[in-house]
Amino acid sequence: MTLIIAVLAAVALIDGAIAAAPEQRCDVPESFLSSDSDLTGVMKEIKAQQRLDISVVGTGSSALPGPDGERFAYPAQLEQALKQQLPGITVKVTAHVAPRATTAEMAAGLAKILADDRPALVIWQTGTADAMNGVEPEDFRTSLDDGVGTIDNGSADVILMNMQYSPHTESMLDVSTYADIMHWVAQQHAALLFDRLGIMRNWNDSGTFDLYTATKDYDMARRVHDCIGRALASQIISASHLDALRVQTTR
Amino acid sequence: MVANLDLVRPQTTRSPPAAVPIERDLRLDLFRGVALWLIFLDHIPENVVNWFTIRNYGFSDATEIFIFISGYTAAFVYGRAMRERGFLVSSARILRRAWQIYVAHIFLFTIFMAEIAYVAATFDNPLYAEEMKILDFLKQPDVTIFQALLLKFKPVNMDVLPLYIVLLLMFPPMLFLLLWQPAFALAGSALVYVLIWNFDWNLPAYPNGVWFFNPFAWQLLFVFGAWCALGGAQRLAPVLRSRIILAIAIAYLLFAFAITLTWYVEPLGRLVPNWLSELMYPIDKTNLDVLRFAHFLALATVTVRFVPRDWPGLNSAILQPAIRCGQHSLEIFCLGVFLAFAGQFIISEYSGGPVIQVAISLIGIMIMIATANLISWYKVIEGRSPTSRVKPPDADLAGGNA
Repeated sequence: MTLIIAVLAAVALIDGAIAAAPEQRCDVPESFLSSDSDLTGVMKEIKAQQRLDISVVGTGSSALPGPDGERFAYPAQLEQALKQQLPGITVKVTAHVAPRATTAEMAAGLAKILADDRPALVIWQTGTADAMNGVEPEDFRTSLDDGVGTIDNGSADVILMNMQYSPHTESMLDVSTYADIMHWVAQQHAALLFDRLGIMRNWNDSGTFDLYTATKDYDMARRVHDCIGRALASQIISASHLDALRVQTTR
Repeated sequence: MVANLDLVRPQTTRSPPAAVPIERDLRLDLFRGVALWLIFLDHIPENVVNWFTIRNYGFSDATEIFIFISGYTAAFVYGRAMRERGFLVSSARILRRAWQIYVAHIFLFTIFMAEIAYVAATFDNPLYAEEMKILDFLKQPDVTIFQALLLKFKPVNMDVLPLYIVLLLMFPPMLFLLLWQPAFALAGSALVYVLIWNFDWNLPAYPNGVWFFNPFAWQLLFVFGAWCALGGAQRLAPVLRSRIILAIAIAYLLFAFAITLTWYVEPLGRLVPNWLSELMYPIDKTNLDVLRFAHFLALATVTVRFVPRDWPGLNSAILQPAIRCGQHSLEIFCLGVFLAFAGQFIISEYSGGPVIQVAISLIGIMIMIATANLISWYKVIEGRSPTSRVKPPDADLAGGNA
């Protein structure tokens, strides 16, 4: 018995330590996270099964390089944030990261992911590789439209996530056309858009992060991913009207 | 006496039927100058001043103004040359102009490469591991530079001059047609524009994709400008004077403004009905979307109405800086692209906030004005000023060309 208590206490301590470690404030203006669209699939799964399965499909910017990259990237951070805020709900986030995959390539793999993971929600991060490869905007739109259609047919909700705000590569990589198309496709399907581009720009402008910084260190990248994970969790909770279940955390 | 009369009398005997206006229209210089400033501002991605440029208030932007006026002035200058000196001489001059623009483009590319190479060497951040791969082309200078010389590899914001080069290369036969069969020429241009929407014609880009500005689409605006210069504007005058047309133009501008507002004010986006979104989007800049073209036409209609050719304001001191810049468009355009690179570089190196952004924007425009004045001064001391009475304005040097 004492052993169990000791283990529990240790777990609580470690948990607290992790929670307290990167104390990064990264508020996101409400306008970025609010939407008229509801995540009905998420609501249903939570009410019926007390669980939430999420698949993240994305390219290199859905992961972090280096040791423990996976543990600190936003999919893992999202899982942790949801677990914290939705106690009693089993949360599982599975990341499918294909570096430099275009929207068309990822769209082709969506059916299998839906069949394997049976997620209530798919977070589809895309656009970057298409901009880098100069995919024709019209082809990009069609692929995105097809992919979102596949997710709709698989009875999962979808959140589209656009590119990172990357000021240093802006003169080589113009993502605005693709970001506009993502915005529009999301609107067409009444799907949610996680405007990572706008949110990161906002963080940069407000001084939350200096995204111009050159560094080999992983610390800032991890903090950014942590903030993205938490912002995503807020968006999901708000769009699934789960605020009643939510536990207010200190962060 | 007889000789004097000959000088002022238009050479009607060998002229084609199209009337070529003799007087330079200062409005063209003014609006081209303003367009050059706006292009400069829009090319600095992080810039609060961008909120004042026209692309945030409607579908079209400064590129449309620039290409239209370039077509207009190219026809104005080379049309006269073609009537007076024949097809061969005028074509040779057009091609020389295309060559000058090509050289200017490669010069800008060199500066751009220097900046990018510096960023690639000094910037590193694990957060951007994926995005930084865009700079991998630096590892293959043999391919990259060769593709740049072929105008297939074009960094962001360096698409306008290659478009212009292709438009000029296509221009001699088009100008010939415009002079003798203007309606036929315009119809042909419109036909090509319609066909590209069906057949997806465009020029290939490197490493893949197509040109950001599809020359087969944007030629419509250039040819339309040229057509206006060669008598089309007079033909359109009764239409432009109509109150109904003015009302339609204003209504369309207001509609475009309302739609643009929905891009920036999220809740408004939900007010746009789905069928309308489906009809409108995406508004394709590459292929000069019909909505963009129509927006430019509406802007031009309203502008022509409220700023007549003999508007006294055109001679006021306050507008002279913009007019000067418009008169030396190639030099000032290139300078603007360079200043935008430099400005962006300063902002990113020093994490410039709004104050620095405004300062860079203002200083950039001041440098553009100073340079335009310097070029004018050079032309005066070399006796090639556009106002020089010694000889007729030299098309290539008076800034009359695009």
